[in-house]
Amino acid sequence: MKFGVVQFPGSNCDQDAYYAVRDVLKQPVEYIWHQSTDVSGFDCIILPGGFSYGDYLRTGAVAKFSPVMNAVQEFAANGGKLIGICNGFQILCESGLLPGALIANNGLRFICKYVNVRVENNTSAFSHKCSKGQALSMPIAHHGGNYYADADTIKELEDNNRVLLRYCDERGNVNDSSNPNGSINNIAGIINAKGNIAGMMPHPERAMEACLGGTDGKLILQSIVERLH
Amino acid sequence: MAKANVYVTLKPALLDAQGKVVQGALENLGFGNVESVRIGKYIEIEFNDGENIEQGVEEMCQKLLANPNTENYRFEIVK
Repeated sequence: MKFGVVQFPGSNCDQDAYYAVRDVLKQPVEYIWHQSTDVSGFDCIILPGGFSYGDYLRTGAVAKFSPVMNAVQEFAANGGKLIGICNGFQILCESGLLPGALIANNGLRFICKYVNVRVENNTSAFSHKCSKGQALSMPIAHHGGNYYADADTIKELEDNNRVLLRYCDERGNVNDSSNPNGSINNIAGIINAKGNIAGMMPHPERAMEACLGGTDGKLILQSIVERLH
Repeated sequence: MAKANVYVTLKPALLDAQGKVVQGALENLGFGNVESVRIGKYIEIEFNDGENIEQGVEEMCQKLLANPNTENYRFEIVK
């Protein structure tokens, strides 16, 4: 069982993700260079946070044409577990692997802080270690995390239990004041129909150790590990 | 030499936070008649070959220059 962490030019959470898997979860992990065209041998691929290609044009718009993304698309089509965190989520939406888009925060500010997110679906490969309705504390760090999709897409996500995480307060209440960026229905993370691709704006890989502020992110990454074993 | 002017605009359904801020600033400057401001992108592309430019630009917009989830686009070819 092996994790892969893709490195795009401008990725900056690649080392956090690598550290979280190798040092905290004690699982095998390797970096995958963006020029690579072969991702065989991996069981879970992480598209990390950062500012791939400088976020030029739109976040994730250029990264989706990286040579590695063809291989990643094929990997996901064959059922491989794929998780995009922050910029990784933006890339998944741009690639069409997940629906919708992440647009500029409605306050137009870069937001870097711990937020609470409620686990809406606790049966997925990315969340089964959580309890349903559990409020997880994880950091966000983004300028474009405002999830948008047309009404039909939102309905499909909601009706099929594909909303993974929703911004909430510390008690798990979902409301406007707990929505940091304007996301529709407070959506912070979603999965695809098959359930093998997840995208989320919060950073589980940065909430892995008590000395760094919290361990709730472990529930997400540990869910993947246990599902793969 | 042919040139394409591409305009990428946010779909009407989306709130343009940037446009709202600029609208407020214009109102503060005394422009009381501003109804709304929406900000998009303007992209100039120059070509070294005049063949099939329109088709090419259409494809560029669909694949990269605009996000069909959130943006509309239009363009003109200037010879």
